[in-house]
Amino acid sequence: MEEPYSLSAKEIVEKIRGRELKAEDCVLSIFNRIEEVEERVHAYVTLSKELALQKAREIDAKVKNGDVLGRLPGVCIALKDNLCTEGLLTSCSSRILDGFIPPYNATVVDRLLKEDAIIIGKTNMDEFAMGSSTETSYFGATRNPWDSSRVPGGSSGGSAAAVSAEEAVLALGSDTGGSVRCPASFCSIVGLKPTYGLVSRYGLIAYANSLEQIGPLSRNVYDCALLLNVLASYDPKDSTSIRVPSQDYTQFLVDDVSDLKIGIPKEFFGEGIDERVSKVTWESIYTMEKFGVTWEELSLPTLRYTLATYYLIAMSEASSNLARYDGMRYGYSIDDDSKDWSEVYLKNRRIGFGSEVKRRIILGTYALSTGYYDEYYLKALKVRTLIRDDFNKAFKKFDVLLGPTMPIPPFKIGEKIADPLSLYLTDLLTVPANLIGSPAISVPCGFVDDLPVGMQIIAPALREDLLFKVAHIHEQNHGFKDYAPKL
Amino acid sequence: MVNTKMDRNVKIGLEIHCQLTNLNTKLFCGCSADYRGKPSNTHVCPVCLGIPGSLPVGNKDVVKDAILVALALESKIMSKLLFFRKNYFYPDMPKNFQISQYDKAGGVPIAIGGHVPIQVSNREKKVEIIRIQIEEDPAKLLHQGSIDVSPYTLVDYNRAGIALLEIVTEPCLNSPKEARIFLQKLRSILEHLGVSDGKLEGAMRCDANISLIGGDRVEIKNISSFKEVERALTFEIVRQRSLFSRGRKVEMETRHWDVVRRITISLRTKEAEQDYRYFPELDLVPITISNEAIEKIRRKMPELPDARRKRFMEEYKLPAYDAEVLTGSKALADFFEECVKIYPYAKKISNWIMTDLQRWLHEKNVEIFESRITPQALVSMIRLIDDGTISGKIAKRVLPELIITGKSPEEIVEEKQLLRISSRQEIEKLADKVLEDNPNAVKDALVDEKAVHYLVGQLMKLSKGKADPQLSNVIMKEKLKNLLDK
Repeated sequence: MEEPYSLSAKEIVEKIRGRELKAEDCVLSIFNRIEEVEERVHAYVTLSKELALQKAREIDAKVKNGDVLGRLPGVCIALKDNLCTEGLLTSCSSRILDGFIPPYNATVVDRLLKEDAIIIGKTNMDEFAMGSSTETSYFGATRNPWDSSRVPGGSSGGSAAAVSAEEAVLALGSDTGGSVRCPASFCSIVGLKPTYGLVSRYGLIAYANSLEQIGPLSRNVYDCALLLNVLASYDPKDSTSIRVPSQDYTQFLVDDVSDLKIGIPKEFFGEGIDERVSKVTWESIYTMEKFGVTWEELSLPTLRYTLATYYLIAMSEASSNLARYDGMRYGYSIDDDSKDWSEVYLKNRRIGFGSEVKRRIILGTYALSTGYYDEYYLKALKVRTLIRDDFNKAFKKFDVLLGPTMPIPPFKIGEKIADPLSLYLTDLLTVPANLIGSPAISVPCGFVDDLPVGMQIIAPALREDLLFKVAHIHEQNHGFKDYAPKL
Repeated sequence: MVNTKMDRNVKIGLEIHCQLTNLNTKLFCGCSADYRGKPSNTHVCPVCLGIPGSLPVGNKDVVKDAILVALALESKIMSKLLFFRKNYFYPDMPKNFQISQYDKAGGVPIAIGGHVPIQVSNREKKVEIIRIQIEEDPAKLLHQGSIDVSPYTLVDYNRAGIALLEIVTEPCLNSPKEARIFLQKLRSILEHLGVSDGKLEGAMRCDANISLIGGDRVEIKNISSFKEVERALTFEIVRQRSLFSRGRKVEMETRHWDVVRRITISLRTKEAEQDYRYFPELDLVPITISNEAIEKIRRKMPELPDARRKRFMEEYKLPAYDAEVLTGSKALADFFEECVKIYPYAKKISNWIMTDLQRWLHEKNVEIFESRITPQALVSMIRLIDDGTISGKIAKRVLPELIITGKSPEEIVEEKQLLRISSRQEIEKLADKVLEDNPNAVKDALVDEKAVHYLVGQLMKLSKGKADPQLSNVIMKEKLKNLLDK
């Protein structure tokens, strides 16, 4: 039999229910794997083996007693370290949250626990989710399991690497400008950003609150849908949470997509996109034709403004969301009683925050300040509306839009970090979905020089069903769930 | 002696923060709003502490309260409820931003405009309101002594997140006295609406902006009660005038009212307006306020002070002045109406309240709800006068006891032996003593009417005021007549 750590969530759930597999064995298997490869991957900030084993034993007892099980029994899940876990260190990969142990669970964490999932640890990320490579982490970069000299993508790089390297069966990340889809693409796994408001943000440590959503990372499409089932539902603790009737997303993994019309924005293959990435993505599109999908090219002219719009909005919101980190109630503090409170705040933040975070706070503060607010922030909001209109027009004609997830294959660690703008440019294809609040999924679609390439599908709001349909067909055709990095 | 009478060269604007004390929970979380007297930092949760990852959820009852106030102040209620973030760093701010409202950049307060009519020196003045907005209270900072000498600051987050209404006036007040009268009227309105209990400590706080002609605007913060408002503004006028007289200019700044030393101290110079980088609070969704919702609330409006004043004049046939004084605070008006429920002569009650009762409360520096007098006690006291048990003069000595001790008038009369002396025998005895002790006056009294009054006065004095004045007069005259006859 395969090692339990290699099994999909679907298989684990079936085998546990069928009493063929014990949750405790799943946990032990995963932790063995972690021991084997973690040093080379560095996906985790915190591992919680004892708690995981405890939970596993509880589940095994439930099975033995014939108790009703949740929807994810025995499935080992890794959580991005910006999700609050009660009693477990939550760092956002930042020094300023040194020692921060949340007094509560994020809503999604409670939901996972309720479904008998097993939390195995907290994963590395770009500091406060600001980055596309997991290089800004205070704890050092995570490595791409496919090539350890390269980045795994970001900011949910640790979560994606863990799933890719089979150090976790499933993982949660957060996606503000592509932070779930980018590492999914770079690590050759599935990553989904749900419709804004579909998944509760209560307990997600905020970076840009009008843009971000928590999203699942998995090795196949079914597991992604399974996890979304648990995550997606109204939460009264999150005022931006949408009330929708609950549904089973796994039912959309159907083989008939002959009625689907796919739009291919020209700009997704235009300037700034690596030719080889384009080529690999087109191959997938052509192959899908034989399943009956039709596609057509279109132009979305406002796409040229999406990066600037995104960064202005994200940085402005971040400057306010990160104001609370002053060391007074939690986190890092120089604790010097001889100084005035404002001096202590300044020092704590100067020492506690990394340079990318500081950069974004400064730029965001500037964009919101008197005299610049109208020029920058307000204008960005207006452009955001125009971008939405553009996409709404496209969605009248097409069911989904498609293109590569990232403009380039995974780059080398250290290659772009010295030039922030060049890193920002890599978000080109992912930020639109955050700006318009639409769901988007990245699925592996091939390799360029043995480096993973992902394909992105974008659907209208609350149409995750369409994403799963297309992703499923592509997966059947492509066989990517059999890929695994050599570690 | 400072002349702080109405002076159009003095411009005062007030920014009042009123806690909506009738609410059960805080503005954006489920923590109980009943935090007074509880141990510090026990009415807290991840939301009001600003713990990372927490999100605000709006308290629906707050909007109802805000609409009630806007209706009472005749302000225009906006059709959308929008919250904005006011960004600044300060130790009393858990998130280092306050969720508040803004009137620019696409934001709107809950209501704009409106006015509060007040009576100043027998003229009516309309105090114009600029806007009303909803915001969250910051935490409470505690110091040892004055803020500038305290070796530490303690932060109590029990208050953080409590719902506040901020009411901002035009700078149309022209004296500290006007400011106090306005605040009292506003408090009375809020109490009558049932949304804010001004009696609770810290429930109504006020910042003042004051400018004298030729000087910049000075902001005074940290004024925690109405008595302090008048003091702070008076001090500031004196301070500014003294600067002028020495040829110095008054610069724009923020000053802190030190309630211990009773001075304003400079905290920071406002070179420019502080930049709060207002932008929308995106964790909250805008809410529409329909006209139907507003009308529904309007139909349930309780009686307001001005309406109550008119009713007092009509129903109890009180003169305008009486009605104005009695409706000056809800507590006083309620007290009066409780009395009238059990005693038919409204004017008598009114007289006692407006004169002796108010005077004693003022002297003891307490408000009626801080004293121990009850409506039953006051009415009993008046009945004791009615049936002759005590005289009006004695009653004036009983009244302060009612206020301080909370005992019934019967108990006090008993304890202090204040019963009116109305037995002929006793008064005759007293009269005899007086005649004996005052031979010269007696001689005068036999010929001069005025001297009779003197002797009766002495009898009253001897009886410690308890002797029935009429009977004493009759008996004294009888005795004198007897002497004359002799």
